Amino acid sequence: MSILAILEQGEDGLHRISLETLAAAQQIAGQLNTTASAAVMGAVPDQLKDKQFEKVYAIEHELLRDYTPDAYSAALRQLVQKEAPSLVLFPHTYEVRDFLPKLATALGRVAVSDVVSHRVDNDALVLVRQLFQGKVNVDVRFASEAPNFASLQAGAYRADSAVSGSAPVESFTPQIAASEIRTKPLDRFRESQRAVDLGAAEIIVSVGRGIKEAENIPLVQQLADALGAELAASRPICDAGWLPMERQVGSSGQTVAPKMYLAVGISGAIQHLVGMKGSRTIVAINKDANAPIFEVADYGIVGDLFQVVPELIEAVKKAK
Amino acid sequence: MKIIVAIKQVPARDSQLRIASSGKWIEDVDLSYEINEPDAYALEAGLQLKEKHGGEVIALCAGPARAAQTIREALAKGADRAIHIEEEDLAGFDPLSGARLLAAALQSESPDLVLTGLQSDDLGYGQTGVILAELLGLPHATIIMSVEASGGGIKVKRELENGWFQNVEMALPALLTIQSGISKLRYATLMGIKKAKTKEIRKVTAGDLGVTPSASITMERVYLPERTKQTQLFDGPPKEAAAKLVEKLKFEARVL
Repeated sequence: MSILAILEQGEDGLHRISLETLAAAQQIAGQLNTTASAAVMGAVPDQLKDKQFEKVYAIEHELLRDYTPDAYSAALRQLVQKEAPSLVLFPHTYEVRDFLPKLATALGRVAVSDVVSHRVDNDALVLVRQLFQGKVNVDVRFASEAPNFASLQAGAYRADSAVSGSAPVESFTPQIAASEIRTKPLDRFRESQRAVDLGAAEIIVSVGRGIKEAENIPLVQQLADALGAELAASRPICDAGWLPMERQVGSSGQTVAPKMYLAVGISGAIQHLVGMKGSRTIVAINKDANAPIFEVADYGIVGDLFQVVPELIEAVKKAK
Repeated sequence: MKIIVAIKQVPARDSQLRIASSGKWIEDVDLSYEINEPDAYALEAGLQLKEKHGGEVIALCAGPARAAQTIREALAKGADRAIHIEEEDLAGFDPLSGARLLAAALQSESPDLVLTGLQSDDLGYGQTGVILAELLGLPHATIIMSVEASGGGIKVKRELENGWFQNVEMALPALLTIQSGISKLRYATLMGIKKAKTKEIRKVTAGDLGVTPSASITMERVYLPERTKQTQLFDGPPKEAAAKLVEKLKFEARVL
């Protein structure tokens, strides 16, 4: 029984979510009285060399330089078969979402995706994940023999709890043939330069689906004006073209942490929460008392935004 | 181009959810259902590809008898025919055995392209499409923003994190999971609704397909999440609630 953490690195080393997964792997290994190892594609970054691990694998092959699900899945299947871990942990990134179900299927397993926390119950691991876009939680157990697979949601574990130490680095070269790779990735690109820097705003008023129509956006703009705030939005509003993409907050938009974040008609899907939950004070106005946005909010009003927002504009004007 | 779009019926987005007394699922007696929103975008992408390149769009759905409503809506929007894997209780199927159902039902169709949404609004594993690709032996790409036919294959635009994108080329047949919100969803026309009534819905069961339920992960207990943060909620008439909120923001949070 052992744990293997597969971490993701970019040009600037391990991403934050990978540091969280690293710490989670150490923590769970401790609770299950077992050992943890880690692996990355390419050379092992310094951030990983000084952490406490049984072993760290550098998975090296020229066909792994550009990400493809076929090559990654083949390489990791071979590493899992060699290392025979009981549990393989991943950060829940777009890349992992793209290859992990394929890897697990190839080994006849189902990955538990997007885990938010865990507990150990009689030496068995119970993983907690979210259903219905964060409105309901579920406890999940593995019913299969090792190896089992899980991916961990951004922000679910604390990166700063990682235990320092040392780890022997071992190179692992999988066998991959170019003919196995059926997709051809081209260059990565960005659509446009960002003209609005939401990161610099002290107060952000953000609007979501609850606003119903493009014609209603000016109501939230008035609230933003009264507060001296920048206007932002959740993804569906930008997809619909009601506000420009550069004002989108969330995993596919900007990550912000202003003094105050006021969410109007935003239910708080995880993709949105990861982009704003570091804000100092979070205020939510939503008609659904069970909306996940209230789990991160400091203050909230449960009610119809079309009644609440006009009153709030008046109250803010009076207070200033 | 022969396109299969895998769709799922899920509880409507604005449903008030309560936990069932079994603690294993939500109370489903008075829920209304609709197409899983990400799958609606997959269907739209399929219909647009058919309009451009010709061919056929087949809706594929596993679900109880009530899912027929969602299937009819897909036909009314323009799908040519449908396959309904009719099973009253799919709870015993995990994402892998659920995908086996879909794989078994579509294998004889030999599609050029299989599309589905990037995740379901109810279980949210975000895995069915990729598992299905692996079971069918097809190349895949996920979180796709646009699809272009090029040569004998396709070029797709994949969304990455933090505002980045990447184009990926692959041969057909292939499987794609489609990002939500990439286009405007069409409404069914009156003519479409009328036509849908005569379109073929082939019904099969898990038994017909030779797929048995299996679960290598088990959902032990569902529950409402506990609030980790102490949220101060203000109620009463909107005017009073707004006044209380502003007072707190000014004197307690000191952000005004």
